[in-house]
Amino acid sequence: MLAKRWFLDHERGGKVLLAVLAVLAVAVPVANLGFPEDSPLHVSTFTVQLLGKYLCYALLALSLDLVWGYAGILSLGHGAFFALGGYAMGMHLMRQIGARGVYGHPELPDFMVFLNWDALPWYWHGFDELWFAMLMVVLVPGLLAFVFGWLAFRSRVTGVYLSIITQALTYALMLAFFRNEMGFGGNNGLTDFKEILGYSLQSDTTRVVLFLCSAAALAAGYLVCRFVVTSKLGRVVTAIRDAESRVRFTGFRAESYKLWVFTLSAVLAGIAGALYVPQVGIINPTEFQPLNSIELVVWVALGGRGTLYGAALGAVIVNYAKSTLTAQLPEAWLFVLGALFVLVTIALPKGAVGLFAHVRRARHA
Amino acid sequence: MIKLAAVVALIVGSLAACLPAGATEEELARGIAELAAAESYADKAAAAAVIGASRHPRAEAVLTALLEGELYTTRADARLVTAADVEGGYAIRDAVTDEALGTVGRRAVSRVSVNNQLRGTLRSVIAGLRLTHEDPAERRAAIAKVGESSDLAMVATLEQLLATEEHGGVRDAIEMAVATLNLDSPDNALRLAAIETVGSNSSAHVRAKLTALAGNAALDETTRAAAARSLDRIEQRVALYELVQTAFFGLSLGSILVLAAIGLSVTFGIMGVINMAHGELMMLGAYTTYVVQTLMPNAIGASLFVAMPLAFLVAALVGIAIERGIVRTLYARPLETLLATFGVSLVLQQTVRSIFSPLNRTVVTPDWLSGSIEIVPGLAITLNRLYILAFSLLVFAALLVVLRYTRFGLEMRAVTQNRAMARAMGVRTDRVDALTFGLGAGIAGLAGVALSQLTNVGPNLGQAYIVDSFMVVVFGGVGSLWGTLTSGLTLGVVSKLIEPAAGAVMAKIFVLLFLIVFIQKRPRGLFPQKGRAAEA
Repeated sequence: MLAKRWFLDHERGGKVLLAVLAVLAVAVPVANLGFPEDSPLHVSTFTVQLLGKYLCYALLALSLDLVWGYAGILSLGHGAFFALGGYAMGMHLMRQIGARGVYGHPELPDFMVFLNWDALPWYWHGFDELWFAMLMVVLVPGLLAFVFGWLAFRSRVTGVYLSIITQALTYALMLAFFRNEMGFGGNNGLTDFKEILGYSLQSDTTRVVLFLCSAAALAAGYLVCRFVVTSKLGRVVTAIRDAESRVRFTGFRAESYKLWVFTLSAVLAGIAGALYVPQVGIINPTEFQPLNSIELVVWVALGGRGTLYGAALGAVIVNYAKSTLTAQLPEAWLFVLGALFVLVTIALPKGAVGLFAHVRRARHA
Repeated sequence: MIKLAAVVALIVGSLAACLPAGATEEELARGIAELAAAESYADKAAAAAVIGASRHPRAEAVLTALLEGELYTTRADARLVTAADVEGGYAIRDAVTDEALGTVGRRAVSRVSVNNQLRGTLRSVIAGLRLTHEDPAERRAAIAKVGESSDLAMVATLEQLLATEEHGGVRDAIEMAVATLNLDSPDNALRLAAIETVGSNSSAHVRAKLTALAGNAALDETTRAAAARSLDRIEQRVALYELVQTAFFGLSLGSILVLAAIGLSVTFGIMGVINMAHGELMMLGAYTTYVVQTLMPNAIGASLFVAMPLAFLVAALVGIAIERGIVRTLYARPLETLLATFGVSLVLQQTVRSIFSPLNRTVVTPDWLSGSIEIVPGLAITLNRLYILAFSLLVFAALLVVLRYTRFGLEMRAVTQNRAMARAMGVRTDRVDALTFGLGAGIAGLAGVALSQLTNVGPNLGQAYIVDSFMVVVFGGVGSLWGTLTSGLTLGVVSKLIEPAAGAVMAKIFVLLFLIVFIQKRPRGLFPQKGRAAEA
């Protein structure tokens, strides 16, 4: 019964997503490690890294789709949860550098030596251990979302008001993380990572493993979200999206349902951030900037919100376009992104997924 | 030092003697002749004193030229000239009449040499000239300088000046300078009186003197206590001025926030639509100012008055285009409007970046806007901020008038309260919507003109203000103009008050966090809409 709900009871898009992930998980490692560099079947490490990055973005988009598509909460601050997860991971990687920093200090990361600090701040303790960092990746965004959501949903802040205060949240965090005194590397953030669990971050094998982790996380994230939205809780959440007052009058505590989904979504975003950081090798406060969070919204909107797999698709499409365009026509990127926002909202309210469905129906008719 | 005072006294004396008009020319001519013929530094000093005593309008220029080593005599006719380096020699001008005499070879003139002693004399002669300058402001500046010279011999000179001075402000300045000098007086009674008097002066010099007096163990108890008391008065006043200054800065920041937010309040409050491109409309206003200035470089002062209506028009037209093209199709979906207008903001930013380059552009501040006015000594207010405060209040008032007394305002309010009913009564709601959006956008353009006077104009100008202005609208209560005014000014003052203690960034974070908590408590802002409109 459970197995059926988890694996068989998917719409077509979800099945495609899982199948693509499975194929990638086999093909990419083989193509990268199994073929020599001059072979036409070889996939460069750069591409592996890029694909891994897209998968992290897809997981992030998935987390936003859970709250926006199903609960109707348009969060303009989801980038903050992503960045917090990233920082937790970055702190662990910083501790792994040990005495190999530029200043060679046995205990402190370079930027603290540079600031003339003589001891590790209390909140850096424990990050030597990967399990502790993983715990924080889940706990920090989760707790922040829980407290924030508890305050917001309890006093029934909804709609555009909620969007604006989530934006204020990520803006405030960005300003805070830019400060050197915060102890997170200020402007430059955390970077110059060397290794994870003793494996060099530069090696092909580590990169492939990280890519596999991202693929697994995305698949697991999709299954969890799918499970949530098809459960009874998910139905209530969808009902809240469509008519909050009615759900409340029927006797459900709407705020608890929303809070639950919002927190879960923040945790997923944090995990995406934690996988993202070792692959790109840096985390800095610009990840908190409101533009990133709002760009994330357009990924989901373009892919098709309220479908989960559509969000993942949107993230990959937009980021692929971004990598290509910023490399070739840097001036054009903002025009394209801006036009995407306008076109998707006006012409494609259901996103690319809706467009596919429309085309298919038209062909059948 | 005694000699210095004597020279000044001589000049001041000559003022008292009130030379007949023709005499000053003669005196100057005599002094110049003596200077040209002078063989020793002592002769030159005597000549300088004569020139100073002539009180001729050109006397100061001649003496300054001498002091700076720019005064020469021509070898041919021993004429005093000033010379400036040019290609192949010196361009010389007559020292007295400042008439250009053409270019001569380097060997045709020789410099009138000065030594340190002569420089000292020259400085005091010039100071004496300034003390008796025609312009009261110049006189006051010179007197204040003498007051800080710590030269007790100058007291007599100042008192001599006081006897003939008629300008009230200058008399006060002389008395203050005398008191400041008397802080060093050996006479106890005089010093005590001086300590009392300088309590109303907050200059750093006076504070240093009083601190020294209060801590001087050689003095008696009464004097020290009086000095401490006076110092205390000064410190208190300075603290008060600082508070007033901070409050003013806060109001100034607040007025900018209000200016940025009222346009938003109109569109957000009246139409329920979030316009994320609002900041970029401000940016367009600022760039319009820049373009107008580049087009009329000879009339910077007037350019602002051309820029204001133009900026309003440009922003309003873009606003109407956004409304017609995008917002109109999304009325039932506020979140989507937010996204689409955000897309517009990106496009506008990139357009400006492509046309004007990503670099910041500087907009020149016209003369009538720059500088500051001193309300009381020690408390100055910069003019541009004062004007912007007035400007934003003016725009606010104008908006209120439009809303209350015009047909368009009436229709706008009707549509806000009940769209369907207004339509049924024959209001063309779509036209009202477009115009409302245009009005809000136009005000953003005006805000951009004001901003261009404070910061550099760049493609990111709007982004910096968008989060803040949303906060202002949300804090004040959507749809309430008075709420926007109150909340804008409050937020401005509060963040400036926190700033000295916590730093600018932390102040901003505190304000944001405060708002996040505030909105939990009062989700509809400070001044929520009441009645049926609130249900919408």
